[in-house]
Amino acid sequence: MKNEILETKDGLFTVTVMVNGEKKELPVRNSESLLDALRRHGWKGTKKGCDTGDCGSCTVILNGRPVLGCLTPAVTAHNGEITTIEGLGSVHEPHPLQEAFVEAGAVQCGFCIPGMILSSKHLLDNNPMPTEAEIRKALDGNLCRCTGYVKQVEAVKKAAAKMARGRKK
Amino acid sequence: MTDLKPGNGMNAEELKVVNKPVRKQDALGLACGEPVFADDQEFKGLLHARLLWSPHAHARIKKIDVSAALKVPGVKAVLTYKDVPRVPHTTAGQGYPEPSPYDTYTLDNKVRYVGDRVAAVAAETLEAAQEAVSRIKVDYEVLPAVLDPFEAMKDGAPVIHDEPDSRNIPDAKRNIAAKFDFEVKNGEWFKEADHVLEHSWSIPYLQHCALEPHTSIAYFDNFGRVVLRTSTQVPFHVRRIVAQALKLPVKKIRVIKPRIGGGFGSKQEVLEDIVAALALKTRRPVKLEYTRKETFVSSRTRHPAVCRMKAGVKSDGTITDAEMEITLNTGAYGSHALTVMMCSGSHTIPMYKVKNNIRFVGRSVYTNLPVAGAYRGYGATQGFFAWECMMDMLAERIGMDPVEFRRKNYIRLGEGSPVFKAMGEGREGVEQVITSTGLFEAIQKGADEIKWAEKRAKYAKQSGPVRRGVGAACMMQGSGIPEVDMASATIKMNEDGSFNLLVGAADLGTGSDTILAQIAAEVLGVKTEDIVVTSSDTDVTPFDVGAYASSTTFISGGAAKKAAEKVRDMVLAVGAKILDKKPEELRLEGGRVVAADGASCALSEVANTSLYYYDQHQICATASHYGHTSPPPFQANFAEVEVDTETGKVRVLDYVSCVDCGTAINPQLAEGQNDGAVVNGISHTLSEEMEFSSNGTPLNASFRRYKILSAADTPPVRTFIIPTWEPNGPFGAKSVSEIGINGPLPAIANAIYAACGARLFDAPFTPDRVLAAIKKAGKR
Repeated sequence: MKNEILETKDGLFTVTVMVNGEKKELPVRNSESLLDALRRHGWKGTKKGCDTGDCGSCTVILNGRPVLGCLTPAVTAHNGEITTIEGLGSVHEPHPLQEAFVEAGAVQCGFCIPGMILSSKHLLDNNPMPTEAEIRKALDGNLCRCTGYVKQVEAVKKAAAKMARGRKK
Repeated sequence: MTDLKPGNGMNAEELKVVNKPVRKQDALGLACGEPVFADDQEFKGLLHARLLWSPHAHARIKKIDVSAALKVPGVKAVLTYKDVPRVPHTTAGQGYPEPSPYDTYTLDNKVRYVGDRVAAVAAETLEAAQEAVSRIKVDYEVLPAVLDPFEAMKDGAPVIHDEPDSRNIPDAKRNIAAKFDFEVKNGEWFKEADHVLEHSWSIPYLQHCALEPHTSIAYFDNFGRVVLRTSTQVPFHVRRIVAQALKLPVKKIRVIKPRIGGGFGSKQEVLEDIVAALALKTRRPVKLEYTRKETFVSSRTRHPAVCRMKAGVKSDGTITDAEMEITLNTGAYGSHALTVMMCSGSHTIPMYKVKNNIRFVGRSVYTNLPVAGAYRGYGATQGFFAWECMMDMLAERIGMDPVEFRRKNYIRLGEGSPVFKAMGEGREGVEQVITSTGLFEAIQKGADEIKWAEKRAKYAKQSGPVRRGVGAACMMQGSGIPEVDMASATIKMNEDGSFNLLVGAADLGTGSDTILAQIAAEVLGVKTEDIVVTSSDTDVTPFDVGAYASSTTFISGGAAKKAAEKVRDMVLAVGAKILDKKPEELRLEGGRVVAADGASCALSEVANTSLYYYDQHQICATASHYGHTSPPPFQANFAEVEVDTETGKVRVLDYVSCVDCGTAINPQLAEGQNDGAVVNGISHTLSEEMEFSSNGTPLNASFRRYKILSAADTPPVRTFIIPTWEPNGPFGAKSVSEIGINGPLPAIANAIYAACGARLFDAPFTPDRVLAAIKKAGKR
């Protein structure tokens, strides 16, 4: 059975997940959110801004869709595929979206940025040349208090153009 | 008169690194989710802290029983007021001695608002800590509460600070946490005025909403010293105030500021005493992370205010008299009570020339509501809402275009104001004149961009239920607190010709690490990437008051520049030996020491020579800087709105703000500062308000119920930087971080009036308030 979960000792379940392309077996608590489980297991790029599903800082991509890590029970990720910000790129090899956010000056405090970049990635995966209204709609669940969203919208436009050029080559 | 153009032998066009959109140094790591925030590091044996918060607005703790809490498995400590030193202090992270009253205790036997600290628990898990909190038995004597500042000042009102040991409360019996009066009198009040107008404006409780909640981890180093890894804007003040509150020597505390997820003033507040107390009790590392609800209720807020203004004007547009009477609600404690109140006048009244009489009457009043503190704008937000709406009303009364009226009256280059000297921050200010201003150009640019004249004419003749209008507001702020704020920087040279820049300045997302590196790089003739910045670690970096009062670029930037100049001279001295020239014939350029005749040597050669060969020494210098003046940045704001007069809904169609911040050290980051401040201000204007029940319980302490603007809600915002040269600033720079938040309230209020004839006096401008104002306007 696909969703079978094995209970292990100390009240922890072991969920099998692909995190950023690597297969992991993660012990998680029954009541634990995906956000807390990911952070506890070292993916610190997923941020806790409210823990009530309102700010979007904990956005990760689960099975191809952006989800709020704080509202997603960790056990429901069993047999799933997760992309966190660490899976997009690194300081050594950044993703074009990460590059674009830096170049546009869209990163101030940076706390909302991982979630915002993952929302942007989902947008560009499904709509490679979005309009400004479509970008704003895609980022609507990711609150930011530093930037006024001006340079973040610009960053997504830049990344879209850059990624389009990359595909043509 | 000082020249507007670059002075001091510098020219903005000659700058190589400064005034360029250099990449923000920490941006890529942040965009890649590197573990750089307070809570991103693992600590072995970490305990989790939870606090018990008061459910009552005003109560005395008659009995507190923690025995059941201590029995919860995993609980390591429960602290009540009986377990911590009783030291009156302020949580306001200000320079010493702080001008805020000493009215706060780490834990007290009295609670003064819903959300006040009652007790603290540290346990092996968060769940155990929470369970223990729920098992603390408290027997309260509930006291009458007062939620309105005007009621609180009346005879017979509940006295919130009746404890004998609090200090510097001017009138505890009347709940007055701070007061300040000031008058310039040149004749009889309003005698020369052809028209006198008077009204009151109000703003509610507003929260900063930094995306990272307050997070602090206290642990011990190998010497048993307490290390605080904490989301703060003021690491050195945290060290001093925690030492004071817990009666520890300063040397026993180290404060490290990692990357900070926004602050906007809320993290200028020292709340770290309790987590340090838990660590000291348990001898274990302890983490305290506020929930979002706790961040709303139990961190800090903007001071709600009622600002009454009365002003006189002559028919020719001369402002004759201005009187501002502001009453701030400081909540249960007087954090920043005096200084925010004074800044509501000192940053606003000097904006326009007042011919005869000026009066300022300020009160900050205790109530049994959450604690107000520093918030971007710092009083100027409250004061300018009144002053800039009043300016519009005066202009209308004399039949003058509101922009023309502002042009006629704003403070000019070389001019001063009696207010500068009379009102500082918590004490007397300093005399100063305006040494740079781009306000004329800013108004011009903004009026062009919004198409002021064309739209004023077009929108004058509208019909139908949906009306449009344009409104304007001008702003000034300060650049640090003169002769109070001090910053220092240390620069040392490495073998490859790179430099370490150590600064106490606290980058809370603003980009200050980057702009300070740019300033040092400019002096040292290297690229920004050749400057490795370490900031805000009280063991490692030299002193800096921290990130507040729009001070970092101006004050910390001044320190970075001075330190770089000292290092430059040391580099040139070694370079002179290598090249066999006189130091005065040499300059630093492109990572080399260059002589007038073209001879040169690499900085790496200079470094190696100094370290290994000639007169062996580390090229290294420290410099400190403080300001004798606080040159104001200026800003012109223009809003275009659409008002649906049937539903009361206001849509902002366009918002233009033109800001003179002197030389923008990094124009991209300066724009970002202004964009963010403006959108925060628009959010204040249209939707934000903390609500409370009649017994003081917060009703909307979540992002779901307290709405801040999201990407789709945010209107088009356009920032234009108006370059000027401030002779007292590093490379001509002034501040930029706060000014933008003050514009939207008056600019949008004025635009709404232009659209539909309804004046909004109480923020936020929600549809019901707009409809009520339209109804009222219709009746006139």
